[in-house]
Amino acid sequence: MIKTDVVVVGAGPTGLFCAHQLGIIGLKCEIVDNLDKIGGQCIELYPDKPIYDIPAVPECTGEELTNNLIEQIKPFKFNFHLNDRVQELRNENDNWIVKTTNGKKFQTPNVVIAGGVGSFEPRKFPTKSAEKFDGTSVLYSIKDKTIFKDKSVAIFGGGDSALDWAIELSNTSKVSLIHRRDEFRGAPASVQKIKELSEKNIINLFTKYSIKDVKGNGSLEEVEIKSEEGKSKILKADYVLGFFGLIMQLGPIAEWGLNLDKKAIPVNTENFETNKRGIFAIGDICTYPGKLKLILSGFHEGALAARGCFKYARPKEKYRFEFTTASSTIKDRLGVK
Amino acid sequence: MITCPIFFCAYINAMAKIKYIEHNGKEHDIEVLNGFSVMEGAIQNDIPGIDADCGGGMSCATCHVYVKEDWYDKLPKKEMGEDDMLDQAYEPKQNSRLSCQMIVSDDLDGLVVYMPEKQV
Repeated sequence: MIKTDVVVVGAGPTGLFCAHQLGIIGLKCEIVDNLDKIGGQCIELYPDKPIYDIPAVPECTGEELTNNLIEQIKPFKFNFHLNDRVQELRNENDNWIVKTTNGKKFQTPNVVIAGGVGSFEPRKFPTKSAEKFDGTSVLYSIKDKTIFKDKSVAIFGGGDSALDWAIELSNTSKVSLIHRRDEFRGAPASVQKIKELSEKNIINLFTKYSIKDVKGNGSLEEVEIKSEEGKSKILKADYVLGFFGLIMQLGPIAEWGLNLDKKAIPVNTENFETNKRGIFAIGDICTYPGKLKLILSGFHEGALAARGCFKYARPKEKYRFEFTTASSTIKDRLGVK
Repeated sequence: MITCPIFFCAYINAMAKIKYIEHNGKEHDIEVLNGFSVMEGAIQNDIPGIDADCGGGMSCATCHVYVKEDWYDKLPKKEMGEDDMLDQAYEPKQNSRLSCQMIVSDDLDGLVVYMPEKQV
């Protein structure tokens, strides 16, 4: 069990700046994010797209913004728990017991939810029958590629993940690549390679096809694909892989009793606390009259939520407002003179 | 000469009628201001079936709609990237579009879009 002052759920810009503000006022925090990297939507959805409305930064990309925020909180040496997701919140004697999917446990008086639109999850096949094989022979990511050796693998998708894995697995497996249109969005070199492998009959390429059904008694045996015109084909498959990118799902947050209003968490605008004591929500996931889904609003919300956390983390102390320009305590915390 | 402000406003506030049809068949006829996207027309009028998680940045695929067949070819063509995002939509078809990329104008008056079963 890790004891801390605050657990921040979400390592997007809002969560990161809130962590900065927590560090400034002398609180410790642990940051959990479902992605394998820091930055949230800024990194996952638009790392290269310029952002023009960060105060005093005329233009920066999602990646630059993230890197600067990481730099800004470096002095506090906070722990990141990536590839992990907060699963359960339980109240226990004025503290929250926070459990993650990977089995980590935190004890904290405060939880700040900076979860954006939810956590990123792979988009799954729409076919109901695929659920039965989910995690065994219908997969959306690859952890151990050796399981595919000498097997028939049907790969769906047109992006880099689909192409790269089709190329890689074609060395040791019988690969079919199925995509809903003629064009691929993967890197041109990979697209070229796929075409070559297809001409040499190393990869079976099916464009303008999508999944219709997966079949098998006990273990997966075949996958049925259909064209736009309704033509269908049956392919032998031991494994079916889907690479359709990531979607955002609210996930377990919906079950924490936070009076959700259309996938958003209502908060007060004084300290962004929710209906539950010690649980705060900031950034895109919170809602209140006048809410703007801007990164700058998330920064403001994070600064106020951090002060809200102070009273539960240090119940016997009085919070004193200080400027970073003047306070020697803050400068100590930042490690500057 | 006195200009008529009401007439002027009516002129700059030109609208197009868009029909949004939910997956369950429920229809919504909405007048959307020219210049707004078909996605914004749905969000502002609380029409269910369009999520628009990224807010119109062509960065997700949760404002996916099917355009009524005879309308599909009349629309301005997809820009680069839209099809890439549509690859990641729920059950994309030939007449799929991202509603955030369709900007309302007089030419779109009467457009009919169908919502998919779900966005995610």
